[in-house]
Amino acid sequence: MNAIRKVLRAGFELIERPFDRLFSPALNPLAQLGALGFFFFWIVAVSGIYLFIFFDTGIERAYQSVEYISREQWFHAGVMRSFHRYASDLMVVMVVVHLLREFSLDHYRGVRWFSWFTGLPIIWLLYASGITGYWLVWDKLAQFVALVSSELLDWLPIFGEPIARNFVATGTLTSRFFSLMVFMHVAVPLFLLFIMWVHILRISRPKVNPPRTLALLSLAALLAVSIWKPALSQGPADLAKVPDGVGLDWFYLPLYPLTELWGNGKVWAFLGAFSLMIALMPWLPPLRKAKAAEIDLDHCNGCARCAEDCPYEAIRMVGRTDKLPFPTQAEVNASLCVSCGICVGSCPSSTPFRRSVELKTGIDLPEYALRELRERVMDTASNLSGPGRVLVLACEHGAAAGRLGDTVVMPCVAMAPPSLIDFILSRDLADGVVVAGCAESACYNRLGVQWTEQRFAAQRDPYLRARVPRERIATVWASALAVGKAEAAISEFAVRVAAMPPKRLRSPFPESLATRPAKTLETEKGAT
Amino acid sequence: MKVVRLAAQFIVIAALFAGVAALSDWPSYGQIPRDTGVVMLTFVHGADRKGECRRLTPEEIAKLPPNMRRVQDCPRGRRAIYVELDVDGRPVYQASLPPTGIAGDGPSKVYQRFVLPAGKHDVAVRMRDTARAEGFDHERSERVELKPDQMLVVDYRPESGSFVFR
Repeated sequence: MNAIRKVLRAGFELIERPFDRLFSPALNPLAQLGALGFFFFWIVAVSGIYLFIFFDTGIERAYQSVEYISREQWFHAGVMRSFHRYASDLMVVMVVVHLLREFSLDHYRGVRWFSWFTGLPIIWLLYASGITGYWLVWDKLAQFVALVSSELLDWLPIFGEPIARNFVATGTLTSRFFSLMVFMHVAVPLFLLFIMWVHILRISRPKVNPPRTLALLSLAALLAVSIWKPALSQGPADLAKVPDGVGLDWFYLPLYPLTELWGNGKVWAFLGAFSLMIALMPWLPPLRKAKAAEIDLDHCNGCARCAEDCPYEAIRMVGRTDKLPFPTQAEVNASLCVSCGICVGSCPSSTPFRRSVELKTGIDLPEYALRELRERVMDTASNLSGPGRVLVLACEHGAAAGRLGDTVVMPCVAMAPPSLIDFILSRDLADGVVVAGCAESACYNRLGVQWTEQRFAAQRDPYLRARVPRERIATVWASALAVGKAEAAISEFAVRVAAMPPKRLRSPFPESLATRPAKTLETEKGAT
Repeated sequence: MKVVRLAAQFIVIAALFAGVAALSDWPSYGQIPRDTGVVMLTFVHGADRKGECRRLTPEEIAKLPPNMRRVQDCPRGRRAIYVELDVDGRPVYQASLPPTGIAGDGPSKVYQRFVLPAGKHDVAVRMRDTARAEGFDHERSERVELKPDQMLVVDYRPESGSFVFR
């Protein structure tokens, strides 16, 4: 499984990085697949409602009304039909690529099992929605779809009389059939929308709308394609004839030719095996789960920044249970926590400058506490030498995770509170700091890169203090496969830092306090 | 510069969408070879019950709960139907079709497709739906002209007790 993931990841890297350059990481369509899926769903819904105004149910009238839409009213209803068709196809593309990408990023195990698992009914319902739509047109393709679908259903031992008999000869089908199909074609997508909502329930800040520029570009491209190649019918259905030579929609109907080659039983077996495999994948093998973050109420003032920043909705604010004078306190849902440490980085108590006997913070990781992070930083820094001493704070999923010597690795770079950078530079532990995380459009913990950048830019609490020299900080966003790129950026930064004049450190304390002899690092380290 | 970048982004997205649009009805798929048609043997028909109904004795009726008393005891299960289809004198289908349903009391059903070259064919269908061991209860043979892509349905109408070719 690991090898397949790596190959897929490498494949995605080949496409994602050029897309990052062309679109920017924020607009990269490959980082917006879920949002684009929702976007295309809404296009399908709106265009479907519009088409329903003109659609007529009935054996003859269904086809005629669709022809009227496509030929005589091509400039509005015809374009809408193309929107309806192509947006449905694009939704399949988004779903499939989204599934493969999340798999390649290992975003399907551990607490993420829920979103992965609920993606499975989305696939089934999406296909059911599309297939019922094809029946409504009642052209040759619709006849083929009706025949093969009903033969597939007839294979299941649940129907008394073969449904397919309705589609092999004229006179057996009534107009009421189309009313039933319209109902199905409305009800199934509504249920699909419901499951899509369930799919994102456990995700904090789910992306359900693509960036406006990307949405407008997609709409414009959809319009251009709809005019260039309008969706058309393939001649009226004729039950006295075999629907032969039909132009198949290979996104929705790729298994239909297989019913001829394999037989219906094997197609069902394939679908069952595929569904079972997808459903079980989060546990094949299960992700090793680190202990969930823990709250230390003595250091929690209920500021809610951790709940605000958690990408997994694992933290919520509840009423205070101790006697401290704050209305709320944070509470961690251990079953949702992935121990990414982003909450530690967001906590205002997480400051390595604290002089308490044992460094404690409001929320911490039991298996990788802030105290341990500070110790690792100080140990690593003590090994740095030369004119350009650069300390790397690396995400364990990014390109710098495998570095030795000058690197401190953590579950996510957003675990490092901005005050840690201040600590490193103001205590002269290093001449420069590199924060090296995942690729911008593929952050393993979804929001780590975004939060880090916003904290450094003083757009998100806790801010990186203004006194910290920005020229001595570099961020490198590169995936685990882009080691060369990360190394080049770190080396270049080290050269730049070496050429800088010595740091002019400003004390955070008032003049009177600053003149007092400061504790040595060793003393502090000993105290911790 | 921004316009050029936007144009490049549009071109990439439009090209991807055009690829999707192309695959939405191409390449086309042929279910059957050229110049062939299909003979479809399909019907739903219940054979006779497995045994004759037996008149219950007054004692047997008295033993039954009052709300379930009946005069006759009829076996639920149906017999299997035996069907044969010949094309141009050659047997292409011979099957014993079991009754459907958990209790075996439902009708038997058949849904079989045969792809044949277009042209004239002698089609003969025979069915046995009673207790007889030999011979057939219903049969029909006809010379048909099968056109390319034609779907010729061989059906059985229980109300008239005969096969129809349509």
